[in-house]
Amino acid sequence: MTTMAQEFKASYAFIERNFNIVKRYWAWELVWLVYTVANSLAVSYIGLGFEKLGGGGLDGKYFVLYLAVGTIVWRYLSVIFYWVTDLVGLERWEGTIEYTLMAPITRFTHMAGQTAFAVVYSLIHTAVVLAATMAFFNITLAKANLWGFLLLLIAGSLSFIGISIVGAVLPLLFPERGSQMTHLIIAMLLLVSGVYYPVEVLPQWLQVFSWLSPATYVIDGARAALLDGAPTPSLWGYVWPLLIMGAIAIPAGLRIFHWAEAYAKRTGKLHRNG
Amino acid sequence: MNEVLAIDVENAVKFFGGNSRWWGGANASRLNGGSSAPAGAKVAVDHVSLQVRRGEIFGVLGPNGSGKSTLIRLIATLLIPDGGRVTVFGHDVTAEPRKVQSLINRVSVEASFFKKLSPMENLQYGARLYGVSAGETTARVLEILARLGLDEKSIYRPMEEMSRGMQQKVAIARALLSKPSLLLLDEPTTGLDPRSKRDVQKFVRELRDAQGTTILLTTHDMIEAEALCDRIAIIDGGKIVALNTPGKLKSLIRHNGHAPTLEDVFLELTGKQLAAEDEMPGALAI
Repeated sequence: MTTMAQEFKASYAFIERNFNIVKRYWAWELVWLVYTVANSLAVSYIGLGFEKLGGGGLDGKYFVLYLAVGTIVWRYLSVIFYWVTDLVGLERWEGTIEYTLMAPITRFTHMAGQTAFAVVYSLIHTAVVLAATMAFFNITLAKANLWGFLLLLIAGSLSFIGISIVGAVLPLLFPERGSQMTHLIIAMLLLVSGVYYPVEVLPQWLQVFSWLSPATYVIDGARAALLDGAPTPSLWGYVWPLLIMGAIAIPAGLRIFHWAEAYAKRTGKLHRNG
Repeated sequence: MNEVLAIDVENAVKFFGGNSRWWGGANASRLNGGSSAPAGAKVAVDHVSLQVRRGEIFGVLGPNGSGKSTLIRLIATLLIPDGGRVTVFGHDVTAEPRKVQSLINRVSVEASFFKKLSPMENLQYGARLYGVSAGETTARVLEILARLGLDEKSIYRPMEEMSRGMQQKVAIARALLSKPSLLLLDEPTTGLDPRSKRDVQKFVRELRDAQGTTILLTTHDMIEAEALCDRIAIIDGGKIVALNTPGKLKSLIRHNGHAPTLEDVFLELTGKQLAAEDEMPGALAI
């Protein structure tokens, strides 16, 4: 068997394993999906709330769409983040981390399988949230550029995968509380990325970080594609920064993970189960 | 004769804690130079040297915290030595970890699995990481688990519904699926009932005899060590205090009215009782 075929097979091991885990925890998955939908709807209803509180002088429907796009995209990106960062956290919980890190595969293969599953899982979640939002708010996507939206999601996934790989280092370095520490990364990205408000409302110094967050470009681009129906070529201004960020973030994430793994092996941190 | 050894551990050192640095290897180079570990560090493996020949069953005996599991983790590429050198079939564990990983597998005292998944799902996952196809895995799982006395129906139920002994048999099957040239068994029979213990021991012997697999075994069970091992190293405080065949080890101590046992040898050389780790709550296996 060629090395490439073996690496592909090993990568598929993570996809199949995660699928089996989701299947076995189906009740939890259902709860999580309902929670996600309810949470997204609650955020979107704030738009209609504004209209009522503003005495009818505000376009509530626009706010609903604005918030709905933010929450849908954010759900997509954060689900990817959590699945990828969980590549260590989950195995620490189960006590299998040593067996996986002892296998003769590259870390790239390991990450590729985990992220491929994360992207598919997240796309399915996003589709359900989008469908629920459309049904609750009677939204039609006749004018929306769905292919452009999909392109932005995929381009945004790359840089989020890189960031998530860096996040996965935390459970490796801090066996007891590392998984919880990853929430810090996602909270900071939520703050600066304009998920529920335009980034212009942030203090000037925080706006600098919004330019560095890939979520800012995905969300702004998604609003242009879904709310304004912007054609795909006009989305290039959002896509190219995402591709550049992805091209930097993924190799950087892998390198940082490699250092962290070596550190964990030097200090004996793999063995302790958190 | 220039035979490639299965395992060659040369002056290996491993310590934990102390003023170790984040990413650098400053401590390692210091220890290679022959000096001791930094202040406050716990030395788990202290300048250990041993050689294991191909096809040998080599035992490592030691009390809790003596460094047995650390030594196995160094060989398994799960720890990076702070000094010395460890090679597996001629490949350095630090410089060529993937080559080493493709030749070895390990069974530890904790049978670690995805507990909601069935043995078959866990084993499919483990086998795929070593390039074994799903079809081949299914056939071999059925064969190995049948030989270990595990009933076929339980193969498809969640691991969490299985006893520890059954889980340990699945752990052994996981290690064998990749057909390792070197099998590292870290207290594989701890906690097993006598019958399961015998099943595993028989299987280990067959594995070596039929496939020529080299086996490194750590155990608290003196009878098991004597029955299975061609040679045994007794390790205490991270150092090897004796290394020889079971018969020659027993000849090291004087008769006190009865033929000495391996346990007598152990007590004489280490001054410590052997106790299974699961009999000592809170004990830290290093």
